[in-house]
Amino acid sequence: MKSVKGDFSGKVFFVLALSSILALVVITVFILMKGLPLIAEVGLFKFIFSTTWAPGQGEYGIGAMILGSVIVTLGAAVIGVPIGICCSIFMAEMAPERMRKIFRPAIQLLAGIPSVVYGFWGLVFVVPFIREHLGGSGYSILAGSVVLAIMILPTIISISEVSIIALPRTYKEGALALGMTHWQTIYSVQLPAAKSGIVAAVILGIGRAIGETMAVIMVLGNAVIIPKSIIDPVRTLTTNIGIEMGYATGKHQEALFATGIVLFVVIMALNITAQYITRKKVKK
Amino acid sequence: MSVLDKKAKIRTKNLNLYYGNAHCLCDITMDIPENAITAIIGPSGCGKSSLLRLFNRMNDLIPIARASGEAYLDDFSIYGKDTYVVELRKKIGMVFQKPNVFPMSIRENITLAPRRQGITNKAKLDEIVESTLNQVGLWNDFKDILGKPALNRSAGEQQRLCIARAIAINPDVILMDESCSALDPESTMKVEELMASLAKKYTTIIVTHSMEQARRVSDMSAFIMIDSEERIGRLVEYAPTMEMFSTPKDKRTEDYITGRFG
Repeated sequence: MKSVKGDFSGKVFFVLALSSILALVVITVFILMKGLPLIAEVGLFKFIFSTTWAPGQGEYGIGAMILGSVIVTLGAAVIGVPIGICCSIFMAEMAPERMRKIFRPAIQLLAGIPSVVYGFWGLVFVVPFIREHLGGSGYSILAGSVVLAIMILPTIISISEVSIIALPRTYKEGALALGMTHWQTIYSVQLPAAKSGIVAAVILGIGRAIGETMAVIMVLGNAVIIPKSIIDPVRTLTTNIGIEMGYATGKHQEALFATGIVLFVVIMALNITAQYITRKKVKK
Repeated sequence: MSVLDKKAKIRTKNLNLYYGNAHCLCDITMDIPENAITAIIGPSGCGKSSLLRLFNRMNDLIPIARASGEAYLDDFSIYGKDTYVVELRKKIGMVFQKPNVFPMSIRENITLAPRRQGITNKAKLDEIVESTLNQVGLWNDFKDILGKPALNRSAGEQQRLCIARAIAINPDVILMDESCSALDPESTMKVEELMASLAKKYTTIIVTHSMEQARRVSDMSAFIMIDSEERIGRLVEYAPTMEMFSTPKDKRTEDYITGRFG
């Protein structure tokens, strides 16, 4: 009797666990089925590199959007990565215990704010600020990068901090015993030793930035153009889907799924890279 | 020349250590002779390592640790108000219980600290690498693999590399905290030979749980023990090693070195 019962609950848990894997498979297959035919029809090269996006005339080129995603994400990384890494060093090595107890939950809270709220803050604060001080409409690459930079901070900070804290204590002791200052110890021993974790943190942060949709729709301006400066509006892969999916039909809808495939591949590649880097570290 | 005639390199007077409210070491007063090996021995948990870490102020890393009393390196006050602990640690190198080479190349392990002290001349750095590796007997094994990760070497080689790293900044004193306890007998022998040769140039203080090692390598021995009533570590006996192991003055020392406890 007992073993039958155990078997039964085991099966229930197996099915439930399977469902999450199944979701991944179903979504992947669905996107591929919907999007691949269009990529085949247009041609992969033209789909990715053409900058003409005119669904009305049957022109499906996402080059401008890919460029937009890359620029906005790079901008977010340029602003967010140094701040994030410095913050993680401060938390791991410098902050007194009491301050750490306030900082850590505060940063977790930052991760919990809904992205639409970030977008709203960008809309009422960052966009007008750029319009008044730098010109243009304010809806711009810069606005998107600033908002995204803040949104990727929790990812970068928490993963970098953990990788610094997880270092053997003996590295720090060894360096200090050699007459190095605390700061010399941090930058010449601890940071190089934690390098793989910090790189993984940056990659995961970038993945988060590329995938973000709602917040950037609200501040980017969303024009399908090749931007000339960082205060020009731009459209990213995610915002393209977010804006047009509501009314797209037929080929147009397929083209949006195809955009999704590109996004999916990029983010998968980033995540796998990050996992590979951290796993290599553990092996050593 | 007897070891007692040698000049005192480190002098402590009524040195105390507290961890929070716990009194860990009480009134340690000792003169440590220059260019000799002083061994600190005693039962586990008596505060041997804590005492060693008082000399280069590594206990500073523990927030609840507090020291009082006086300690001097030559005329330089270790716990003085104006003492810059970084300068102190340049004079007093340390080798730890487990080899703690940094996850970088053999060469970088040795040149890191000298470079941070402003030595950038490549020829000068090469000279430091060669001379320190020569002193620890690793130059012939390592000269062709200086760019390889130090972590790939055996524990014994790593520990000797740590010694090379410590002498690369040209200290006056070397502290060794049970530096052979993680090594096999053959590596232990090599490190012990190394201690003897280094002692000609550096004042060496070792902590060891092995009385055999203390007897083999040291010139002076300090026996530390926690008294059972107050739970405070005290210096029971401090004497030339030969003397302590042949005619211990204190009953407790005799009991310990004859293996009756500890």
